[in-house]
Amino acid sequence: MTNIWVICRKELKSYFSSPIAYLLITVFAVIFGYFFWRAIAYFVQAGMEMQMSGRMQPMSVNELVIGPLLSNMSVIVLFLIPMMTMRLFAEEKNRGTIELLLTSPIKDYELVIGKWLGSLIMFLVIIGISCLNILLLFAYGRPDWKPVLAGLLGLILQGGAILAIGTFISTTTKNQIIAGSVTFAVVLLLWVLSWLNFEQAAWAKVLAYCSVLSHGESFTRGVIELKDVVYFVSVIFLGLFLTERSIESLRWRA
Amino acid sequence: MIKVEGLTKRYARHVAVDDISFEVGKGEIVGFLGPNGAGKTTTMRVLTCFMPPTSGKASVAGFDVLQDPFEVKKRIGYLPETPPLYPEMEVGEYLTFVARLKGIAANEAAKRVDEAAGRCALGDVKNKLIAKLSKGYRQRVGLAQAILHNPDVLILDEPTSGLDPKQIIETRELIASLSGDHTIILSTHILSEVEHSCQKVLIINRGRIVASESVTNLTSKMRGAGPDMVSIEVQAEHLNPADVRQRFEQITGVSRVEVKDTKDSAVTLEVESLSGQSVRPLLAKAVVQAGWNLQEMRGINMSLEDIFLQLTGGTAVASPALESPATNNSDAGEQNQ
Repeated sequence: MTNIWVICRKELKSYFSSPIAYLLITVFAVIFGYFFWRAIAYFVQAGMEMQMSGRMQPMSVNELVIGPLLSNMSVIVLFLIPMMTMRLFAEEKNRGTIELLLTSPIKDYELVIGKWLGSLIMFLVIIGISCLNILLLFAYGRPDWKPVLAGLLGLILQGGAILAIGTFISTTTKNQIIAGSVTFAVVLLLWVLSWLNFEQAAWAKVLAYCSVLSHGESFTRGVIELKDVVYFVSVIFLGLFLTERSIESLRWRA
Repeated sequence: MIKVEGLTKRYARHVAVDDISFEVGKGEIVGFLGPNGAGKTTTMRVLTCFMPPTSGKASVAGFDVLQDPFEVKKRIGYLPETPPLYPEMEVGEYLTFVARLKGIAANEAAKRVDEAAGRCALGDVKNKLIAKLSKGYRQRVGLAQAILHNPDVLILDEPTSGLDPKQIIETRELIASLSGDHTIILSTHILSEVEHSCQKVLIINRGRIVASESVTNLTSKMRGAGPDMVSIEVQAEHLNPADVRQRFEQITGVSRVEVKDTKDSAVTLEVESLSGQSVRPLLAKAVVQAGWNLQEMRGINMSLEDIFLQLTGGTAVASPALESPATNNSDAGEQNQ
């Protein structure tokens, strides 16, 4: 346990002592801020129009603002994650510090989980920025907080899953650029897979089921479905398992 | 302390380490000598549990590297060829991280870090970013990292490579100060390194051990059996080098004379005797009898450098005549396995 924490803290420090953390936070804050502003503007405009026409209907902040925002977020996040995971192992391999880690009395799985956890916490910090925006909604309105929490949980699970995949890809190369691009390609593929849902064939259904996006959707509507949770948890597990195997194979090939 | 038996490491295309065996006792400093690509680093990586051997056994402090890697890792301090540093960290921060990584409890880590930093003279750079350190300081940080947890065995891969002469001497002194409580294996391709800091030397070439001996033994062995090599400088007016050469060649016991240098009125020659014969007094007498001045006469000792080149099959520095003892020695080396 201590070892995992030691590694995790080191990862966090690395993020914050290089520009990458601030860059990611800024990029995310700007993009999310824009979407937030658009959503609010749309909401206000719709409310005004309704008042003018005199047909008053109940409007839900959750449905009209928070839901779309969360699903926006889950897409933006897809593009940020490769930048977070690419350095995890590729950099250690490139610098030779992997030798220090692998000759220290820690288990491979502790190393893997520590690294993944570090990137997950970094991810939470980025998500945290967007929570500030959403908190503003609570200051001026009375949105239901439970769907928001469900949505955030979905986001975290999805992030964790993609981070695990990225961590694995990072172990396969010394080159951060390659690790980043391959992760990006894989993530894009996992996203695009949901389009296969329109096909009727069984294989298409199976592949579409593997899409990250189709599992994130219900969370943004505030629904926690067991099958989605299971999906994300298994992807996390698979990713970390593959990472651990890859580290082990590194020893044999090195 | 360290026991290696029939260790072999095969990569996809070539054999890096081929069936080597050796033993290192507690408190010994052993130099691992060989040209680049001889298998030094591979052997060290096996010992540090960075990679498993293809076949054979290696154990550290009684723990097998395959069965108990965890126990082995706890007892080993390792400095790889490029010190494993994080440039974005400060020295103190880095050492604390490594201390925690090596399993030192948080409340004890600070003390150990101070200790190791003190030993490696890092006190004044503790708050500096590693990225800003000079190469010599980085190497010292690497060494501090290796001794943090006070390991029984220290494995140093080329600890002085890329340092300037002053830093090399400092590092050497540091290593010498660490001996005693630690068993040390250090690899190098710089031979004076071994002569200075090691008691025992393992010469490795193309994945095989070609000699394994104490440093003093090795040099004396080479010297005793071999022919005597003398460099001699003779000076006289209107001296003809060919004359000198001819005169020396007539002396009994001289097998070869070579004119090395002619300067104004002085001639420098290299004289080689037959095995086991001392020709120095005869040479001196010949010079005096001819009425020349003897400016200088000194024996050319076989340095570790020459031994090394011979054993590893490089071009011999001294002369081809020296090859016979070399082959003897490599035989001896193989028997030692």
